Amino acid sequence: MRAIYKRELRSYFQSMTGCVFVAFLVIITGIYFTAYNLNMGYPYFSYTLSGSLIVFLVGIPLITMKSFSEERKNKTDQLLLTAPVSLTKIVLGKYFAMVTVVAIPNLIFCLFPVIIQMSGVAYLKSDYISILVFFLLGCVYLAIGMFLSALTESPMIAYISTFGILLVLYLWDGILGFLPSSASGCMVGIILLLSLVVLYIWRMTSNWFLSAVLEAIVVIGNVAVYFIKSSVYENLLSTILGRLALDNVFTGITTNQIVDVSGIVLYLSIAAMFVFLTVQVIQKRRWS
Amino acid sequence: MIEVKQLVKKYGDHLAVDHLDFQMEAGKIYGFLGPNGAGKSTTMNIMTGYLGATSGEVIVDGHDILKEPEEAKKHIGYLPEIPPLYTDMTVMEYLKFAAELKGIPKEQREDALEEAMQLTKLSEVGHRLIKNLSKGYRQRVGFAQAILGFPDIIILDEPTVGLDPKQIIEIRELIRGLAKKHTVILSTHILAEAREVCDEILIISKGKLVASDTPEHLELLMNGAEMVEIETKAQPETVRTILSNMHGIRTITTETIGEGEPQEKTTLAKMEVEEGQDIREAVFYAFAKSEYPLLMLKTSKASLEEIFIELTQGEEEHEHAGNL
Repeated sequence: MRAIYKRELRSYFQSMTGCVFVAFLVIITGIYFTAYNLNMGYPYFSYTLSGSLIVFLVGIPLITMKSFSEERKNKTDQLLLTAPVSLTKIVLGKYFAMVTVVAIPNLIFCLFPVIIQMSGVAYLKSDYISILVFFLLGCVYLAIGMFLSALTESPMIAYISTFGILLVLYLWDGILGFLPSSASGCMVGIILLLSLVVLYIWRMTSNWFLSAVLEAIVVIGNVAVYFIKSSVYENLLSTILGRLALDNVFTGITTNQIVDVSGIVLYLSIAAMFVFLTVQVIQKRRWS
Repeated sequence: MIEVKQLVKKYGDHLAVDHLDFQMEAGKIYGFLGPNGAGKSTTMNIMTGYLGATSGEVIVDGHDILKEPEEAKKHIGYLPEIPPLYTDMTVMEYLKFAAELKGIPKEQREDALEEAMQLTKLSEVGHRLIKNLSKGYRQRVGFAQAILGFPDIIILDEPTVGLDPKQIIEIRELIRGLAKKHTVILSTHILAEAREVCDEILIISKGKLVASDTPEHLELLMNGAEMVEIETKAQPETVRTILSNMHGIRTITTETIGEGEPQEKTTLAKMEVEEGQDIREAVFYAFAKSEYPLLMLKTSKASLEEIFIELTQGEEEHEHAGNL
């Protein structure tokens, strides 16, 4: 694992990707910092950070896109997979190297609140927590990007799909506004969502009978519940899908100085889940 | 050393490896021989743990590669078809990384590196970036990676492809040198290479093992069909009449070579001879009697090429028969 970690990290800074990412993130944050904190005298650095979030959307896919797709394209994965190292360690080695790249600008950010304090009042606690959450959000994005990179052989496709998904997550709150809030609308929406799950199960198992039974349970169950107690469905869709608005945890701190501990746990578990899924995707490809 | 039992690999409906079954002993060079798409690389990829198998077992030094991959992989060095090189690293950096990846202890890493680089003659290019190296050198870097730390089993997938003749000879010598202490398995579709380097040849066709023996035995196996070739100034019809009375000839094929006047043309005749017969003297006297000079007379044994074609095509015919 250490060998892979060291190689990856070195390659990020030899190929400039890492340097460009760090420089870009620090420069943009610096501009926001000058504008908000220095010129306008706003004492919260956390607010500045929320502006840098957009750089993450563009920058993180840049780091993750090559992680597995290029190995596959150049067949260098043959070296890794035939070495006496477990797949989990390979994936973790790469993931931690990417986490390190993202950690570097965040360490630089730790200086900014100190600068604010030198010229007046600073809210160090909320600022440092926001940097931490910002970093964790980066880790979540990295895990998603790495997963998508493991799915494809082309770094470009990995980049675009990662960027697309991160953008949707970023805009999620706005998208939620379009969802129906009435009980009947939510019921239909939930049936549709669960049908997608059934469709996936059918694709994986190619078992007609099983999927048909599941689909019947989904439809009948939902309709039955709707007629018994329709109030259950009110606003259900946006409540459930609202959980996917990952960025809210971060913006909660930056705009309202509210730290949502469960949100931090959510970040950690989502990152862990995607790392796990990456291992599974690669493992599955070996066997199919 | 290595045991492969009932190995099957399916890609969807396509059967890439079809119930392969063989064993390999230590200290020998084995050659996988087969046409393109026969399943050589797939078999090697399964043996090294890169791919999983649909069913069957591969046991390396007592460890099943599918169940205890980490233990089994320690005994294997692998050079895939395309050397797995990180082109943005220098040769030294790359080999250091490979050594660390293979878990060679830190104290031994320097020595292992030096030895591998010396054997593959990479010492001069140690500090150059891999992307600036020629194909031959890249192949050698891949080779050095495979022999790093000298694992018991070294698996090479088409190790000499893309090298110049001098490099091919060097690599072959290297392989022979390695075989003193290690088991070497290589795949090739070049028959001369298999004959020259390997102690034992496994011919694979359509994922099946069709023959497995030493090169000499394989050639002996086919000696039933001994051929006699002659070249003469006589017309093909005359050749056939002269030979028609002779005993021990199964078939005759003739072809005319040369251009221009009939007198300037010569005839090349190939005769398949019955087992244990030597008709060369009789042929000579027959032609001398008819006053047609023989320009050439020679016997030819079935070459490995012919065995190869026979075995791999024979397979195809069987399959067609099965389909009918």
